[in-house]
Amino acid sequence: MSTYEGVKPSKIDPKFRYEVAKIPGGKNILQCFQCGTCTSDCPVSRFSEKYRPRYIIRMVQLGLKEKVLNSDFLWLCASCFTCTDRCPQGVEVASVIRALKNMAAMEGRVPEVFRVLLGNLVKTGYIYEIPESRIKRRETLGLPPLPKVNVESLKKSLQNTGIERFLKEACQKSGEAEVWV
Amino acid sequence: MGMSQRYLIYLGCAIPYRVSSYEVSARRVLNKLDVELIEMPEFNCCGLPLEPLSHELTLILSARNLALAEQTGLNILTLCPGCASTLKKASKELRESRALRDEVNRHLAEGGLEFKGNVEVKHISQALIEDIGLDKIKRSIVKPLRGLRVAEHSGCHLSRPRKYIGFEDPENPKALKMLISVTGAKIVEYMGETECCGSTIAAIDDKISLSLVREKLLHVKEAGADALITVCPACHIMYDANQLRAEKMFGEKYSIPVLHYTQLLGLAMGMRPDELGFDELRVKPIKLLEKT
Repeated sequence: MSTYEGVKPSKIDPKFRYEVAKIPGGKNILQCFQCGTCTSDCPVSRFSEKYRPRYIIRMVQLGLKEKVLNSDFLWLCASCFTCTDRCPQGVEVASVIRALKNMAAMEGRVPEVFRVLLGNLVKTGYIYEIPESRIKRRETLGLPPLPKVNVESLKKSLQNTGIERFLKEACQKSGEAEVWV
Repeated sequence: MGMSQRYLIYLGCAIPYRVSSYEVSARRVLNKLDVELIEMPEFNCCGLPLEPLSHELTLILSARNLALAEQTGLNILTLCPGCASTLKKASKELRESRALRDEVNRHLAEGGLEFKGNVEVKHISQALIEDIGLDKIKRSIVKPLRGLRVAEHSGCHLSRPRKYIGFEDPENPKALKMLISVTGAKIVEYMGETECCGSTIAAIDDKISLSLVREKLLHVKEAGADALITVCPACHIMYDANQLRAEKMFGEKYSIPVLHYTQLLGLAMGMRPDELGFDELRVKPIKLLEKT
């Protein structure tokens, strides 16, 4: 199934594994001995031909930074944490994969949906724009009103986190005025 | 276990967006159990759905909620296990790392807040078991659901990752089973009880997430359950609303009603289905209600 395309030595980053090991949750990555518990117990791997947590960890160990950060399958992790809980070597597999997604995201490689969620967050404080009809329906159902988020305070706290770029792109895409401060 | 409990209720995003049935039923049963829920003056997303973008962003979002809660001196109760686990994880990470805490507090200070780390967060299942107690719940039951056979789905974030959550055994979750048992309903076991619902990748790969839904529902059906019981708004959306989409995609019929635990408990407390948000369910539990 997997067709090995080969990797040019110049594309290998031998320091990558140390970079990942420094990230919260990445500590034990060098201890992975490729037993495959993560993949065999992964709910997504059962239905995907591409998603294999064991491969991802191996790719990090081998320094295949560009290949792993460019991959689509990285985004298939459902964050169920089964792999993390069951790894006999204490590798926090799901956290490593999250860290890789974060690295890919900061390089601008991120599925569109996250830009939309982020756009909603800085507009409303929630990741969804809760429709007026829902807010009205709360009254009918006898639910208390939904508090209004202090979006100004929230946005100030989110400055300089590196997410500004996604917001700009999200705003340009939706044709809205820039919501960022 | 005291006479009554007070919590700040943290709703998160999914519940106000589209899972009112959970909120309505939870507020009713908690009220019946003398639990006082105080509304948060404001709150924002816990950060879980944005964690793939930036872990730091998630920490700031969680810490902001915790900082807002600290100002009230009350502990947090959530209905969503995703929110509970994210707030718990952030709190633990920030309490354990001075450097991380200082960094996050620099961000919060810009918005006029500070995280100190003295708020406890519990999901409703944990609060029901640890604070309210099964005995008290048992005493509130007026209409035991003896004729019902139900399957449970606790969901991943109620217990995973184990080292951060510290409640429940993720390999053999018992909390929801104990909570169901006190209602008088019989629990039916099925294959793959701890399998994930796939909600977090629904927007990335529809086919895979619906395959997970399909697998779960087939196993529940095979076990002959009258309903699947959840304690998570995201799992509920997957199994209830998306059950119809899975049926379409795979050309099958599952017909499994999916109830929030709080709806099941409400029925056993003698509340009417219309008081518990039953009309909001997409898979109509008609046969189930006839049996109660």
